Amino acid sequence: MNVLFFGITRDIVGTSELLISDLVNKPTVNDLKEYLKTRYSEFSKLTSFAVAVNNEYAKDNVPLERNDEIAIIPPVSGG
Amino acid sequence: MKKLNIQIVDTIDTSNIYAKLSHAHSGGICVFIGTVREFTNNEEVIALEFETYKAMALKEMQKIADEAVKKWNLNSVVMEHAVGAKKVEEPVVIVGASAAHRPECFEACRYLIDTLKERVPIWKKEMFKNKEVWVSAHP
Repeated sequence: MNVLFFGITRDIVGTSELLISDLVNKPTVNDLKEYLKTRYSEFSKLTSFAVAVNNEYAKDNVPLERNDEIAIIPPVSGG
Repeated sequence: MKKLNIQIVDTIDTSNIYAKLSHAHSGGICVFIGTVREFTNNEEVIALEFETYKAMALKEMQKIADEAVKKWNLNSVVMEHAVGAKKVEEPVVIVGASAAHRPECFEACRYLIDTLKERVPIWKKEMFKNKEVWVSAHP
């Protein structure tokens, strides 16, 4: 799956877009979060981070489909 | 007809806000403008740098505007946020609401900015002389 990164998470992974092929067997939002925390220890130090699926905040149990637009949303700080 | 103005922009233009919010059915307009402050915890800020996930940000801003219109029966709403580097005193966000009476305008305006700050995927980095910090990223 293709994953977009913003803000501090882009700095952590070093790119704004990453192809992740390690997640198999119908992964969920939670699986992706755990994968990122394992692969990049800096993710565990963040206040929090959310996952957006097709431009909507997604709960942990939401399944990720191949054609979804998936994005990592670190703590927002607009305004 | 309701007037909604929702945008991500390079530069906030504060001069035309009245035209965007004025409405025949309104008796009041309330506007909030967020700006770059020179000091954070006594440290001098050189600039703020904003980035966004634009497609999602616009969608969230639209939802917030729709919620406010429904809750306070607003006639017009403006929600604009800037991206890129902004220097001290520059505007970075402008929100506004117009309604029949002023209590609705004040409440809605506060809701627009407070909820934008909670939900809309926009991020700011504080640029100090010797370091850069993503705001709210760490506890």
